[in-house]
Amino acid sequence: MNALRTKLTNTESVSGWTFMAPALAGLLVFTLAPILMALWVSFRDWNGLVPPGQSSFIGFDNYRALLFEPGVNRTDFAISLRNNAYYVLGVVPLQTAIAFALAVIVNQRFLRGKSFFRTAYYFPSITSSIAVSLIFLFLFQRNGAVNAFLGAFLPLDNINWLENANGVIHNVLAGVGVERPAVLADNSIMGLSLWQWISGPSVTLLAIMLLATWTTTGTLMLIFLAGLQNIPVEVEEASRVDGASPLQHFFRVTLPMMKPTLFFVLTIGIIGTWQVFDQIFAISAGGPQKTTLTPAYLVYREGFRNFGMGRAAAVSFILFVIIVVFTLVQRRIVSPDEQ
Amino acid sequence: MAVDTQPAPAQLPGAAADSRPPDHRQPLWRRIAKRVLGYGVLAFFALVFIFPFMLAIITSFKTRPDAAQTPLNLIPDPATLSAFEAMGQVNLPRSAYVSIVVTLSVTLGRLFLDSLAGYALSRLDFPGRKIVFAVIVATLAIPGIVLAIPRFLVLGQLGMLNSFSGLIVPLAVDAFGIFLMKQFFDSIPKEMEEAARIDGATIFQTYSRVVLPLAAPALIALTILSFQGSWNEFLHPLIAAPSDASLRTLPVTLALLRGLMGEGTDFPLLMGASILTTVPVAIVFFTFQRYFVQGVAASGVKG
Repeated sequence: MNALRTKLTNTESVSGWTFMAPALAGLLVFTLAPILMALWVSFRDWNGLVPPGQSSFIGFDNYRALLFEPGVNRTDFAISLRNNAYYVLGVVPLQTAIAFALAVIVNQRFLRGKSFFRTAYYFPSITSSIAVSLIFLFLFQRNGAVNAFLGAFLPLDNINWLENANGVIHNVLAGVGVERPAVLADNSIMGLSLWQWISGPSVTLLAIMLLATWTTTGTLMLIFLAGLQNIPVEVEEASRVDGASPLQHFFRVTLPMMKPTLFFVLTIGIIGTWQVFDQIFAISAGGPQKTTLTPAYLVYREGFRNFGMGRAAAVSFILFVIIVVFTLVQRRIVSPDEQ
Repeated sequence: MAVDTQPAPAQLPGAAADSRPPDHRQPLWRRIAKRVLGYGVLAFFALVFIFPFMLAIITSFKTRPDAAQTPLNLIPDPATLSAFEAMGQVNLPRSAYVSIVVTLSVTLGRLFLDSLAGYALSRLDFPGRKIVFAVIVATLAIPGIVLAIPRFLVLGQLGMLNSFSGLIVPLAVDAFGIFLMKQFFDSIPKEMEEAARIDGATIFQTYSRVVLPLAAPALIALTILSFQGSWNEFLHPLIAAPSDASLRTLPVTLALLRGLMGEGTDFPLLMGASILTTVPVAIVFFTFQRYFVQGVAASGVKG
């Protein structure tokens, strides 16, 4: 019996590694090794044209150029961080709130046609990011659908969405008579004046933010819906029997029960929005006036257009760190009890 | 998974309210108001999510001046197929071919490799299993953009830049698929496999004849996610075939096409190409909808 068991265990070891080997090899060569190589490249002056071994080791110079040395590299990186920060601040709350609200409404028992609405909302999420970017390009034309829709409700001239570098917060400040106060214009962080930091997203970036929200909401709604349907019926009924009003029920029962799902949705939202690339590539290529430049697009532009692979790799590592830090900080804020 | 995947059963009016006494106690006008409001919000968002596609389809049958001057007219005047005829001149048929080859290869690769690996992680007790699983979960967290440059480097070193293998192989294994399959295998009972092993089947026979048929729902979910993911993938084909126009997938060709047009954007062509790019995924989506929903829900609940 012992001999048989040993034999079985041996077969399992051999089979286990045999089954595992192809997938593991693929991940090692195309995911794990590349991460280490990216780290290595970020300390070198590699242009992407010669074999990387022929490039010279330059220590932290790439990181220094991005974070500390005055110059176009640092300014561009600061601009990309600013743009992406506004993008995250706008898209994540908006898509989470709309998705949650839609999930709660679709989940109401007195409404029918669940599967139709679910399908309609989810459909944009499965389509090619490039294809929907081009469709939005058409919608955001000056005489396009978006302006026509807004014009029906608000007394607005047709907005120039796609070539508009004006910051949204700058526009609002200008509306109340604030123009470049000296204290903001004369102080700067990473080569970008405080006035530039508080610009808000440009109108063009705002259009891309609306596109991103439109694309992602359906997926998040499905995740919320699955979470809502996992709430035990007994909990629902207990709260109703106790006479909770719908609002009380929502804040005291639904929301606390949905906390893990909410945390998950916020996390994937933040991870996704810090990597925005496809839509930028297709719609604005970083313009106008660099107001849609993001770290991910900067990686592509520096690496594959400006032949600064080392610097681009450094950008991608800083971005990686940003994403990890945001995820960890958020875990502490949203669910401190799960530490 | 408590996901409601069945269409709502046909109910008599009022049947839903009867199952919930408190709702029944509400005055009639409030119940009607709630429904009107609920359906109003749902219908508004359905329009927001679907109308752009309808407008794109309509626009693809318009002439360029018509699309530019009256972008909101819902009837093309005159209706024309010139956008679709122009697609041959911008290499779209070739890109469609590349997309199909890449998508099918990647999907088949993932089905085979992910299910093998998922099975090993779920059922086979081999030394180092826990570490391997931890590594796979960790790679889930690596952002795609971080991999762009080093993958370009690795493909260059292996001589795979500008080749079909470079487009396919790096995507043919994915950590999420392995994770999905492992979770599914964990959830099905072991008895049938044990019976097969006692009857003398080898591990591979047990896997291919007993386990895989049981895993059909997970395999379908994986097929759909892989199909959609690799069909829509943009960054990888962009960097893996940087200098060979005959190896561009549809998303890459579409994005570059827009860049080439500049001011005189040919919207009927762009809309037509966008819609055609959407069609294959749409067909798969509408055919296997409930598996799509399960796949997404699984990612959420497990997260």
